[in-house]
Amino acid sequence: MSLKVSVKKRLSCFEIDISFFCNPGSISVMIGPSGGGKTTLVRMLAGLDMPDKGRITLGDEIWFDSDTRRSIPPRKRKTGYVFQDYTLFPHLNLFENAAFAASDRKNVFELFEIFRIDHLMQRKPHMVSGGERQRCAVCQALAREPEVLLLDEPFSALDFVSRRSLREEMINIKKRFDIPIIYVTHDINEALYLADEILPVVDGRLSKTWIERPLAQSEGSEQVNRAAREVKLALAY
Amino acid sequence: MDFTPFFVSLKLALTVTIILIIIGAPIAYILAFFRFRGKSLVESLVYLPAALPPTVIGFYLIVVMGPGGALGETYETFTGSSLLFSFAGITLATAVYSIPFAVQPMKAAFLKLDRRLIESASVLGLGGWEIFFRVVLPNCLSGILAAAVLVFLHAMGAFGVIVMVGGSIPGVTKVASIAIYEAVETMNYRGAALMSLAFLPVSFLFLFLVNKLNEER
Repeated sequence: MSLKVSVKKRLSCFEIDISFFCNPGSISVMIGPSGGGKTTLVRMLAGLDMPDKGRITLGDEIWFDSDTRRSIPPRKRKTGYVFQDYTLFPHLNLFENAAFAASDRKNVFELFEIFRIDHLMQRKPHMVSGGERQRCAVCQALAREPEVLLLDEPFSALDFVSRRSLREEMINIKKRFDIPIIYVTHDINEALYLADEILPVVDGRLSKTWIERPLAQSEGSEQVNRAAREVKLALAY
Repeated sequence: MDFTPFFVSLKLALTVTIILIIIGAPIAYILAFFRFRGKSLVESLVYLPAALPPTVIGFYLIVVMGPGGALGETYETFTGSSLLFSFAGITLATAVYSIPFAVQPMKAAFLKLDRRLIESASVLGLGGWEIFFRVVLPNCLSGILAAAVLVFLHAMGAFGVIVMVGGSIPGVTKVASIAIYEAVETMNYRGAALMSLAFLPVSFLFLFLVNKLNEER
């Protein structure tokens, strides 16, 4: 079932006004400068924020419709949401965290093997590394068998090596779970590696030119520097 | 020396603690997580007993719990006995007197909880009650424990409200602090010293337990 989004929301500095769709089995990567409304957009998809106007549907299911004033609460949307920073439950160990909302606990074992954290099941979140915590967060989101997967800069706080291996695992996940995946990042390499479609979001709108501008025109921009640095690091490892 | 008053105090403090944790947790939860009209009014009302002299609280409670008061009358029609000068009466009075000490630490603990955990739980499909019992409660245990200890110790030492509402009926409403006061009044210093001494291990043990639990976390 494909996810169709067309929403408007007034923020303090600009208005989010965006329409896009994402098919099952494909990754739409939202990229753009910080503070451009990407996180708010993902939160609206999860039901944590409410658009002012618009419509969000998954197949025939209407999640939000301002015309009929219909909004399904987050708990009924069946989304898997991996937050920007670690939101595992500190009182539970990794296995219990991943099994928190699992439809079948057997799946959790399998996911832990795929993400190579099966040796850490009994550890509490504060006892493992940031990368391992985020792997567990992805397992937690997938164990629920979501119908849409939302990832909001899930690996941005991690080191280069962890990021690279998690990227590859994301590709496997895409093949395995046939659901729409929305992936937010401001790392251009990550976007190019993962995306079936790139959605450049600037000040709440899709900007087709943004992605070309910093790479092609402005010399020595942050993106270029980062891209160059990453190539060097890739050689080093 | 008769230690009955000390056991009355213990019984009172335990009862009040259990009641206040059960009543105080939802109040603290609402104050911490919800915004509504008149919230500061409700909050000030909940904390008012901490800002009033115990005798003033006691006086108002006599008015409400007395034979002419709404509460006193209702109680009498159901049980046939007076609410004043009974154990139920001093339990209620001590609960009113101690409620700020239950709500405040629990509210602080709820506020400290990372809101994103609640959002994460709701995205994972949990409803309000499930979130409270599976996420909020286990992560706020130390705050709830702190509230319980504060209420317990506060209720153990209550004097003013109990004198006003319960008087000093041996075995029923004569608590340890009243017994100490009476012992001193009758120049029974030995009795007062023994009863006072009985407080030390109990209070110390409780604080020790709390510190130990906090250390292990």
